[in-house]
Amino acid sequence: MSTRLSKGGRLIDRAKPLNFTFNGRRMAGYEGDTLASALLGADQMLVGRSFKYHRPRGIIASGAEEPNALLGLGEGGKFEPNQRATTTELFDGASTTSQNHWPSLEFDVGAINNKLGRFLPGGFYYKTFMFPRFAWKHVFEPVIRQSAGLGKAPTARDEDRYEYAYAFADVVVAGGGIAGLTAALAAAKAGKRVWLMEQTAHWGGRAVVDGVEIDGKPAEAWVNETVEALGKMDNVTLRTRTMASGLFDHGYIMGYERVADHTPGDGRPRHRLWRIRAGHVITATGAIERSLSFAGNDIPGVMLASAVRDYVVNWAVSPGDRTVIVTNNDDAYRTALALLDAGLLVPAVIDARPEATGALPEAVRARGVRVLAGHGIAKVKGGKRVTGVSICVQAGEGAEIESIACDAVAMSGGWSPVVHLWSHCGGKLIWDEERAMFRPDPKRPATGDDGEAMVTAVGSANGFLTPDEVLADAHKAAGGQGKAPAAPAESEAPMMPVWIMPQGAGPDLRMKMWLDPQNDVKVSDVQLAAREGYESVEHTKRYTTLGMATDQGKMSNINGLAILSDALHRPIPETGTTTFRPPYTPISIGAIAGEARGDIFQPLRRTPMHAWHEIHGAHWEPVGLWRRPYCFLRTGEGVHDAVNREIRTVRNSVGLLDASTLGKIIVKGPDAGKFLDMLYTNMMSTLPVGKCRYGLMCSENGFLSDDGVVVRLSEDTWLCHTTTGGADRIHGWMEDWLQCEWWDWKVYTANVTEQYAQVAIAGPNARKLLEKLGGMDLSKEAIPFMEWREGTLGGFRARVHRISFSGELSFEVAVPASEGRAFWDALIAAGEEFGVAPYGTEAMHIMRAEKGFIMIGDETDGTVIPQDLNLQWAISKKKDDYLGKRAQERSHMASPDRWKLVGLETLDGGVIPDGAYAVAEGVNANGQRNMQGRVTSTYYSPTLNKGIAMGLVKHGPDRMGEVLDFPVDNGKVVKARIVDPVFYDKDGEKQNV
Amino acid sequence: MLTLECPYCGVKAEETELQAGGEAHLKRYGPGSSDDEFESYLFMRKNPKGVHFERWRHAYGCGKWFLAARCTATLEVFGTYSAQTKEPPADLQAKIKAKRPNWEGYK
Amino acid sequence: MAMRRYSAFAIAKEAMSYHLGWERAWGSPAPKKKYDVIIVGAGGHGLATAYYLGKNYGITNVAIIEKGWLGGGNTGRNTTIIRSNYLQDPSAAIYEKARSLYETMSQDLNYNVMFSPRGLLMLGQTEHEVRGYKRTVYANNLQGVATEWISPAKVKELVPIINIDGPRYPVLGALYQARGGTARHDAVAWGYARACSAMGMDVIQQCEVTGVRTQGGKVVGVDTTKGAIDCDKLGMVVAGHASVLAEQAGFRLPIESLALQAMVSEPIKPCMDVVVMANTVHGYMSQSDKGEMVIGGGTDGYNNYTQRGSFHHIEETVRALIETFPMISRLKQLRQWGGIVDMTGDRSPILSKTPVEGIFVNCGWGTGGFKAIPGSGWAMAELMARGHSPLTEEFSMYRFREGKFIDESVAAGVAH
Repeated sequence: MSTRLSKGGRLIDRAKPLNFTFNGRRMAGYEGDTLASALLGADQMLVGRSFKYHRPRGIIASGAEEPNALLGLGEGGKFEPNQRATTTELFDGASTTSQNHWPSLEFDVGAINNKLGRFLPGGFYYKTFMFPRFAWKHVFEPVIRQSAGLGKAPTARDEDRYEYAYAFADVVVAGGGIAGLTAALAAAKAGKRVWLMEQTAHWGGRAVVDGVEIDGKPAEAWVNETVEALGKMDNVTLRTRTMASGLFDHGYIMGYERVADHTPGDGRPRHRLWRIRAGHVITATGAIERSLSFAGNDIPGVMLASAVRDYVVNWAVSPGDRTVIVTNNDDAYRTALALLDAGLLVPAVIDARPEATGALPEAVRARGVRVLAGHGIAKVKGGKRVTGVSICVQAGEGAEIESIACDAVAMSGGWSPVVHLWSHCGGKLIWDEERAMFRPDPKRPATGDDGEAMVTAVGSANGFLTPDEVLADAHKAAGGQGKAPAAPAESEAPMMPVWIMPQGAGPDLRMKMWLDPQNDVKVSDVQLAAREGYESVEHTKRYTTLGMATDQGKMSNINGLAILSDALHRPIPETGTTTFRPPYTPISIGAIAGEARGDIFQPLRRTPMHAWHEIHGAHWEPVGLWRRPYCFLRTGEGVHDAVNREIRTVRNSVGLLDASTLGKIIVKGPDAGKFLDMLYTNMMSTLPVGKCRYGLMCSENGFLSDDGVVVRLSEDTWLCHTTTGGADRIHGWMEDWLQCEWWDWKVYTANVTEQYAQVAIAGPNARKLLEKLGGMDLSKEAIPFMEWREGTLGGFRARVHRISFSGELSFEVAVPASEGRAFWDALIAAGEEFGVAPYGTEAMHIMRAEKGFIMIGDETDGTVIPQDLNLQWAISKKKDDYLGKRAQERSHMASPDRWKLVGLETLDGGVIPDGAYAVAEGVNANGQRNMQGRVTSTYYSPTLNKGIAMGLVKHGPDRMGEVLDFPVDNGKVVKARIVDPVFYDKDGEKQNV
Repeated sequence: MLTLECPYCGVKAEETELQAGGEAHLKRYGPGSSDDEFESYLFMRKNPKGVHFERWRHAYGCGKWFLAARCTATLEVFGTYSAQTKEPPADLQAKIKAKRPNWEGYK
Repeated sequence: MAMRRYSAFAIAKEAMSYHLGWERAWGSPAPKKKYDVIIVGAGGHGLATAYYLGKNYGITNVAIIEKGWLGGGNTGRNTTIIRSNYLQDPSAAIYEKARSLYETMSQDLNYNVMFSPRGLLMLGQTEHEVRGYKRTVYANNLQGVATEWISPAKVKELVPIINIDGPRYPVLGALYQARGGTARHDAVAWGYARACSAMGMDVIQQCEVTGVRTQGGKVVGVDTTKGAIDCDKLGMVVAGHASVLAEQAGFRLPIESLALQAMVSEPIKPCMDVVVMANTVHGYMSQSDKGEMVIGGGTDGYNNYTQRGSFHHIEETVRALIETFPMISRLKQLRQWGGIVDMTGDRSPILSKTPVEGIFVNCGWGTGGFKAIPGSGWAMAELMARGHSPLTEEFSMYRFREGKFIDESVAAGVAH
């Protein structure tokens, strides 16, 4: 059984006991524990179930490579599935649950899959579940989905908050082991701005566990001194609990800081995502131990040798009283020594190498431990935990020579450098035959914006496994001057690659050798994939799901591709690796979103009158980043009623529209007129000062893109109004042409949209209302229709335009934005006697439709040209060129068969559903019903008391009076007559008063 | 996440400050041009896997358009220069040629 | 090579011998001197083209040449969404053809591609979007595509984890295609490859085309890293590299190659049965059979062949989806990746003859390629075998010159 030792534990503080629960059971640990060490300390070997076969799963590792120990953590709005127990610090009151089982961890019905495992080899689902056809969706898939997945889905809204932070550094060092510290110190001493991050809460990495000596002192002391020295330097930033999660192009490296995971509820953000621009990145990310493939290597109690050492040394936790060690290298002997030092039993070290005679094996032998060289494990015994191992000859087929009782197995298959960051931006790897590992190829690094290397790997991440080499490499790579920190040279005997144990294992054993214990991928599955032609490593990965688990194959990928290479009889480097993609380990989605959520999800643009609208019942509609009132609701009033009331108010008396969101762009300069003539289809250079003109803009591809009223302010200055959504786009468009095409034209533009508040005062009483404010002559003679004047109105500096989008007598008044609210208040007060009311966008839409005015976004959709909308009158015939003119000459654009704008009136007076299509006889070559038109705008008109619509119809203007069929919902057909699109006040008598 | 130096304000701009604008040095064809010319101007974009000249706007900075020479296969940036240029500056072309001897040159 | 039938019975039988008896799913042939048809690109579209050439037209002297591994490009990098709720007639026709072929693909290929018509929603979150989608429903009903407009309450019923109340963009309803859904992307390529191989076609992997040989304006063959191969007809079906290949054949295509990214969360137990697309905020999400939340967003704005994109797109997508699905904030991102997508001037694909006689091109699927695979293959095979196809008629590469666009952005902010 696993237990807490009475002494030791570098990282735990026995004076600070912490309580937590696992599946509701109360357990205790210490400050400094991880969830994994606390669980092992409480003898909880079984921590979960595997993905496919629901096999019992125990803790294997002590770090980011852990595939099994994934827990549900917390409750309600703080619940998180799939928390990796080995990298989560214990805190008081932590509530944890195991995953992927029903009804309980101990007894899981899903384990039936295990019994059926023989029938569920890799990729089995591609070969079955095909009949009957409906059954996949309704029977098989639901069962598979329910059986798959890991943790439960959170249900509540996240109670925590997250934030972004930004940093810049000359050198970013990822990893705070002895390599990272050495590199950081060397770079810092050279005067570089250095950012050093370490994913755990502690500096020092493996060296402090393994009892390395550096510069004549214990590694721990050296680490403390170095961290202290770095901490005193102004050009160094140190961050623990911060993982370099991904490297992106041009030195953009992401640091995922777990700020408050270990102190929940202390008010700090839970996670912080650092976005750092690095001049250069040094990856000192260490190496990860590989598992060995022997039968039963997935039974709880089988662990990585280095992890066993970590648990004993760091947390004083013993995985078992009797631990058998199985290895292909010398390093695992350190685990034997650590166990012996803790007073635990090591019944045997089983070494696959023909001989084990190095210093470390000898040291272990000297302590009286049996070392069985040339041997392997034929099979691990046990179910929910290890009870013993069956020993065989590595060179054979697995015949049992001897059985050894034990309650834990520590395995080591050699080490793989952590090359993720190196590879994220295209750094390449080479196969190191001697150490059987892929390591960074210094000749093919990821390159930055200057085309030079932007990453350097150092230490174990660069393939060096002994401290002396690690320190020298890190010092040199970081440009260190003088002597590197030094460790005594260690002589380790070469490791021997062992991909299957024993090497001649038959199919029965190979079906029990786990490569990926989370996803249940076994040696036999990879061999099956190879046999069936899934030869590329990507094919095998995807066919078997090898390496697709939440650990992304950190422990098992190399083993898997070695098996694949063997099966295909080709060298490992030819097989290659799958692509390393960010993040290194999973990062919270909350952290990626940062603060941008809820009300500040996106910026909100407000007009000067926004607050008034809010108080007065505005029913909002998002328009770009603005919100505009759709209508203003009075108590007890529905939206439809409010809209109709607003329209009646305008048509009968006077209404106010907040038009501040309309784009306003000043175009000024000697060539401004010439420029606008290119931009608009109309002639704008001839517009007299004091006048307004409605204009159309097209894309260079010919399509109508925006419209609005252009105002000639002075000899060399125009003001262009755009749609609300178009302001920024059109301003950018103008600048594009001025800077990139007509750069010798003397024109300046300025987007002054937010500098002015603008109000439309519309209705028969509009003039009377404004005259109450006083200060300007607003008579028809003083300001004729489509002209503008500047002056003061009720003391406000105002530019008054006689333009109308409603068809009524209308003034659009612009005042400085800072005075907008006061001006609005003055209008409301002055209008009281006329029953003035604000109106929203919907009333505006309906009134313009009654007048037959087009609306960008309704009548246009990016496929419509002005000619389709019968707007030829707004296209100057005198100009040789304007943007879009050439495009409109193309054959399809000039075709007489294009759908053109008409009015539509239903025969029964009802409203045609929006977007409905008019059908024609027959079907097209693809069997689709032929169509001859569609509705673009459709409303109930309270003014006319009937439905009105506009639409685009093939040859429409030539077909006045014809009746079209519009099939709508449930087989119903609406019949509508083609009519003139101007429904109201055809002669413009109301607006020209 | 690209960085490009804005030749106007000298800032090494983050991609989030920039707006991409597609191929640089397009010659505009208006009324009177052939269908071929017009189609080529508007649609037949160069799409090389390698050296590419393109337009960028320092949209959330100084607002200026500028041009960049960039490798679409490695994302190396050879240089940025004024948008008021008919073709890439000679020294930039020479620099690219030195770095990419197989580059067939600007055409 | 003859194809062994897959079934539960076959698995049970093989289980008795440790699954040692399974044969290769597809062959590994050396190229012949000459084929009637060479398809360049063994992704979904290329393999489907070959499959329907054989199945519908009896043309089986076909090689499918792939520079990497079959299915290794965008076929294996997308978010696996299948839908046909397109607005414009030509798009609705080809995507619905594809969707209907997906319905029976597992049975047709005897390979379970796990087509799961679980239903697909496109959320209406602005008035403008609502109008666009209602219009799409009316068009679809005339095009033979079964879609409907559903209320916010029905959306909530279909997607319990959704937040329909805003605050910023409340859900006003959705365009719903009940028979839209997902399929296992890799399996589509593998299933077609196996079926092509069974018809006697050669799937030749690790073979890069280095040149296209023409004579008098007509194609005669290709040069490859495995030698010269002759052919009568050549189909270029190489998403992400169409421009490069066209250049070799001496013509230019109206496309640009951009990066598109996607990501998955760690797997969780089933919480969302349908596919949800939120185009106003640029994000879409579904849950895979493994339990991962599969998330996609918008493309970068600049030409890029690296298969890596810019992180801020991931950020924007994730933010948008947290607004729509607050619970995902506490999930973790497991993996993000990128692909190269070819964008045309109207964001719709090109299936077309080319200036070189005998060369046909299929490219420019942008972000919408996977869902189209069987329809695209079906239509492309018809075009190559008969010289014309009603399904490809409007997708000619010459449409830009005429100004005859197929613009799908009309109804949706982004096309997928």
